[in-house]
Amino acid sequence: MERRQFLNAGASLTLLGPFAGPVLGQAATDARFVLVILRGGLDGLAAVPAYGEGRYRSLRGPLALDAPGGDGGVLKLDGLFGLHPALSGLHRMYADGDLAVVHAAASPYRERSHFDGQKVLEAGGVSPSTSNGGWLNRALSALAAAHDEQGAIALTSTIPLVLRGPATVSSWAPSRLPDSDADTLARVRQIYEAADPDLARRLTDALNARDLAGDTGMDGMRGGPQQQLAPITTAAARFLAAADGPRIAVIEAGGWDTHANQGAATGPLANRLQQLDAGLASLRSELGPNWDQTTVLVVTEFGRTAAANGTRGTDHGTAAAAFIAGGAVAGGRVISDWPGLGERDLYEGRDLRPTLDLRAIFKGVLSEQFGLSARELDTSVFPDSAAVEPMRVTA
Amino acid sequence: MLKKRTAIATNRFGLGARPGDSARIGDDHEGWLEAQLGSGPPPARGAPRPASAAVLVEVNELRLARQAMRSAARDRPIEPDRDSIREYARFIAQSYQRQAATGYAAAIGTDMPFRERLVQFWENHFAVSADKQPVGAIAGHYRDEAIRPHVTGNFANLLTAVVRHPAMLLYLDNGQSIGPNSLLARAANRNRNRRIGLNENLAREILELHTLGVDGGYTQDDVIELARSLTGWSVGGSGGADRMGAMLRRLNGPSDAGAPGEFTFRNGVHEPGGKTILGRRFSEGGVDEAEAVLAFLAGQPQTARFLATKLARHFVADEPPPALVDRLAESYLDSDGELTPVYVELIRARASWADPLAKYKTPQDYLVSTFRALGTTPNGRNLVGIATQLGQRPLTPGSPAGWPDIAAHWNGGDALLKRIEWASQVGANIGDRIDAVERLDEVLGETASDATRQGIAGAESGAQAIALLLAAPEFQRR
Repeated sequence: MERRQFLNAGASLTLLGPFAGPVLGQAATDARFVLVILRGGLDGLAAVPAYGEGRYRSLRGPLALDAPGGDGGVLKLDGLFGLHPALSGLHRMYADGDLAVVHAAASPYRERSHFDGQKVLEAGGVSPSTSNGGWLNRALSALAAAHDEQGAIALTSTIPLVLRGPATVSSWAPSRLPDSDADTLARVRQIYEAADPDLARRLTDALNARDLAGDTGMDGMRGGPQQQLAPITTAAARFLAAADGPRIAVIEAGGWDTHANQGAATGPLANRLQQLDAGLASLRSELGPNWDQTTVLVVTEFGRTAAANGTRGTDHGTAAAAFIAGGAVAGGRVISDWPGLGERDLYEGRDLRPTLDLRAIFKGVLSEQFGLSARELDTSVFPDSAAVEPMRVTA
Repeated sequence: MLKKRTAIATNRFGLGARPGDSARIGDDHEGWLEAQLGSGPPPARGAPRPASAAVLVEVNELRLARQAMRSAARDRPIEPDRDSIREYARFIAQSYQRQAATGYAAAIGTDMPFRERLVQFWENHFAVSADKQPVGAIAGHYRDEAIRPHVTGNFANLLTAVVRHPAMLLYLDNGQSIGPNSLLARAANRNRNRRIGLNENLAREILELHTLGVDGGYTQDDVIELARSLTGWSVGGSGGADRMGAMLRRLNGPSDAGAPGEFTFRNGVHEPGGKTILGRRFSEGGVDEAEAVLAFLAGQPQTARFLATKLARHFVADEPPPALVDRLAESYLDSDGELTPVYVELIRARASWADPLAKYKTPQDYLVSTFRALGTTPNGRNLVGIATQLGQRPLTPGSPAGWPDIAAHWNGGDALLKRIEWASQVGANIGDRIDAVERLDEVLGETASDATRQGIAGAESGAQAIALLLAAPEFQRR
């Protein structure tokens, strides 16, 4: 309550943050975009098994899932691909035409470091050393230049690389701390404005986000490193559904680096997939009618070795699966130029070979949902990427 | 009034100024820092076994008891003894909380804050994460056993101590990595139709994160060769929990089982034959073989550059001056990996003293410096809660890369707002006992801006004044 009064009190403190821009009749301002980054390297062949492949069973060994039909069996997509049994919600979305499943996709990164892999995925370049903020931030700058300033929010306390850069971005994460009183906040702000304008700006953005969150009853939610995803996606949906809220949200989830004993139909990876599934289901239901204008993209920095390693897990690999969900999406299809699992098909004899550049999907979303031009996408948002054609994402 | 250079010595090189530091340190700031490099605590001797080993044995026993209880409950419909099932989780949680609290206590209470910051730096360089079990129960012991004794010594010794420590071996799965042609693999593959073999997790992170750095010129083959070399580096198990140990005892004699909870070299899972890493051939040498590889990696120029960059980034700026990095790397190579000369070079470099507020504090820096500034100590349970709220759950960087060391990761608006909220809480608790205007002079001194100074002087209450001191822009940086 105190914060609301505080926000309404001073003229300088009205909502001037990233969510405040007037809607100037832009083509696609109703569109919503949620980027879910799975950190640690999702095992794409666990999430989206190619159960119809001859070598699938022998390659996966203890990690192989049963064919569709039985208990714990793969959830069938087509004669080749299925979904992990923990992804039953996604399977329903697929049946409803709200989910496209992507396979054998990767960023341009071809080494096997998590940290460089995430850098390339989020910076939008071709190598980890050419980082100039994140591609989604550059997309925001392009949107702002076109007077579409509704902005983005990170559902984390700090801003992930993909959203870092000159365009203002907000952040929000669950808090269990009692609010500061309005007078103290105003005085802190005054000091920041005089001594440290950058901190002043960040504080204003955070207060605006909190203000929105306060309206939706998200105070007092619990946070944590390996947290359940559903509360976070629920919060994201509430931000996105608010009339003056952001239109873009970034969510991250760890726990995918499954080097040992990852399990098959059940086990640690199955549990984490189930949490992802529940998170996406919550996002859909909480978005309500906004789901129809929404695209959700679930990506990871790289996939894992096609074969099980010596410890019933998988080591760092190359291509992985990805998901495109939302009412706006042309779903019910598997998008893949499938490379196969034969020994010579595998990248460097061990990883699923990448045949699809994730930037093609990013570009598709940004051009179809937000009207970014090919020139902006090819040069500023994803530098030197003219050769990567945008993929058709929406219906 | 804390002078600018004293503020840098205490806030940047140290863990935050304490009241009275001005007088304690005097004008020889470099001397004060260098003195901390020599007079470390003597390494603990005579202890029958490392504290981490005792914890691991206990964890193992509790896990076995839990397993037994669970399978008993599966076999017949009895009410499972919930206590013995929960005992394991409770023990892990309590151990974790103790580990977190002792780490903070060491940082808050130390009279050698530069030395302690170095411990934290290397702890983060060689990160393990308590969100993987049973690492959470020994992450603090790991710091005290593998890192603390070696921070002012030679990097090769530090590296070896780290890689041998059960926390690292368990965290990066090396205990389960098996040479494909080892005694055990040959026996197992004869008996059953199951492939067992390498896990390259530890090897990759040693090359990428601990020594050469990701651009250090190694290949996938180097990763695999190092993984082969490290096979057998394991943790001794205890009793029935250690099936591999039991099998090895049968195959290869008692020495392969090892002391419970301690580093053990299991020859029966070691991949036989020579290994080639970065073009250098290492002949088969059992446990000494990977030690030789680690020493070789420690001596590489790429390692020198990688470590120099990280040190300069930690102490001086997110984008450290290249000349300083060059100097540190040179000093490292000149002294064959001795770390103290590198630190001395860092202390004496002009660049280290140029900008008093170049680094943004991590939440841990922020909390530790708050407790040091106010002279208070937190209790363990509150500490974990508050550090988690501020965005840095103790001992859980979540990845072997450790916590990021740049402002962009920590200075998000939501994180800042949480610091301010916490500062308000602290102000409300002790604002009537501490004069914030005086304390400002003692802990920020000449680095405080006029706006901060005036804001605190004009606060409406002691509680608010403390909140403003802890929320001040200068207190967010070091």
